[in-house]
Amino acid sequence: MSFFEFLKPKKKSQESAQDRGILVFEHTSEVIRAESVLKASGRKIRVMGPPPEIQSGCDLVIEFPLIEELKIIRTLKEAGVVPRKIVPVNSPLLKPVNLFHIKDFGQHLMVRAANMKLTIDKDTKIIVNISGGGCPDVPYLAQEMVGQSLSEAPKPREIGHTLCGYALQLAYEEMTRRCLL
Amino acid sequence: MLAIVGTVPDQKFSLTTGKVTLKDDEICIKGKRVHVNRGTPALLAAAVKTGEMLGQSELFGYLVGDIGLGEGSRNLYEYLNKNLGRSEYSTITFHYLQPDVDWHNRVLFAIKEMAKQPVLIADAGFMYAAKMSGHAAAYDLFTPDAGELAFLADETAPHPFYTRGFILQDEKRVPDLIKRAYVHKNASRFLLVKGEKDYLADEDGIKATVDSPACETMEAMGGTGDTLTGIAAALIESGMEIGKAAIIAAKANRLAGYYARPTPATQVIEIIRQIPGALEEILLEEEKMCKRSISGSSSGRPLSCKHNLRCVHHDRNRYTWFWQIAA
Repeated sequence: MSFFEFLKPKKKSQESAQDRGILVFEHTSEVIRAESVLKASGRKIRVMGPPPEIQSGCDLVIEFPLIEELKIIRTLKEAGVVPRKIVPVNSPLLKPVNLFHIKDFGQHLMVRAANMKLTIDKDTKIIVNISGGGCPDVPYLAQEMVGQSLSEAPKPREIGHTLCGYALQLAYEEMTRRCLL
Repeated sequence: MLAIVGTVPDQKFSLTTGKVTLKDDEICIKGKRVHVNRGTPALLAAAVKTGEMLGQSELFGYLVGDIGLGEGSRNLYEYLNKNLGRSEYSTITFHYLQPDVDWHNRVLFAIKEMAKQPVLIADAGFMYAAKMSGHAAAYDLFTPDAGELAFLADETAPHPFYTRGFILQDEKRVPDLIKRAYVHKNASRFLLVKGEKDYLADEDGIKATVDSPACETMEAMGGTGDTLTGIAAALIESGMEIGKAAIIAAKANRLAGYYARPTPATQVIEIIRQIPGALEEILLEEEKMCKRSISGSSSGRPLSCKHNLRCVHHDRNRYTWFWQIAA
């Protein structure tokens, strides 16, 4: 370290910054909608796990820069997705699992994101199976998506409502990305 | 009687309780029919098939429609909270419900009011809530896959989606993760971890493993874990010791998968159809082992078997077996 290094402004750690807040919604599906709206409007937000004091079991929250609160709330109100409450971040938030696991079965390809697995036929791009997960929208998502092509199937983001649904969306996006390669 | 609690993927399916049967690949309850695909209907179908083979009375279902919004689950939680304390079940299996710690705790308190405490089994969303509530030890059996085991092992994670990166979902680390889950009191009395190799464990460590026959493609199939839990639940209800039932269920589920000749596109109903044949084979094998272990017994009855069952009638043509608990 050079002699004057300590005079340089220190980089603010993302985890320890006190200038962030979280948007808490009634359902995970509302979080997913709000994420789409805010990302489309260019806001720098992250989907994270709630702090322990407001965890109920199947939650997501949106972390955002507190300074942008008014603009963000206006955007969300216009889109009809209003958060249940807004609280400042006081402790590190849980990060969603972001590792993908790929398994090639020859004719079929499986992508796993967190606890959800999506499998397609490599030739037809038909979704042949969905497995994993424990939230009640998993059987529903499987019912609606299995048997349809990757491009025509409803997206988990649109019809899912839980963390398992959100994980399946990540698997779906990764599978779509791989099919476009 | 065995009770199974869960959801079906139909928002219009109102809360329904009653005896469950299986007809033409559909679950029947109080005149309603649900297609067996995955989730709780797959668990129910596997339990019905196993129960039929063991000569059990019909099982009781608590079902409600929920597509992830949680409303159906909350209605069911409320119903259980009001009614479970007055019921009489020897085994209760909780399955796909929206994880909700507060409601989970109320249901657990209702169970404590039951005159005789049932064997408690949890899988899927209800297992997530049980772990997060800090009451995992109140359960007799959890049936997690490797990813869910990593979640049980991570004392901070409220859902598998938040399992921390250093607790990798790696089948090779299963023994370490089992240990960690017990250290942090986030495991049930027995754990049946399903994966490439199935593990039976308790707080003293791994008791047994099952790794054959191996069907790699079953990992891609939705519902294969549900069938395993369903078979285990029905075997436990038969009076079989929990650890033994878990191992026999793991063997039978694998064999049923093997006989279904699955590809990653196979649907779980194909495996459910193979359960009676697979279970017959496994139980016969078990009986042979038991008889060997009591060589010298004039009756040849497997009285020393841990599972304590003996076959009293078998109609091979109808694939029907009747088992009774040995005196």
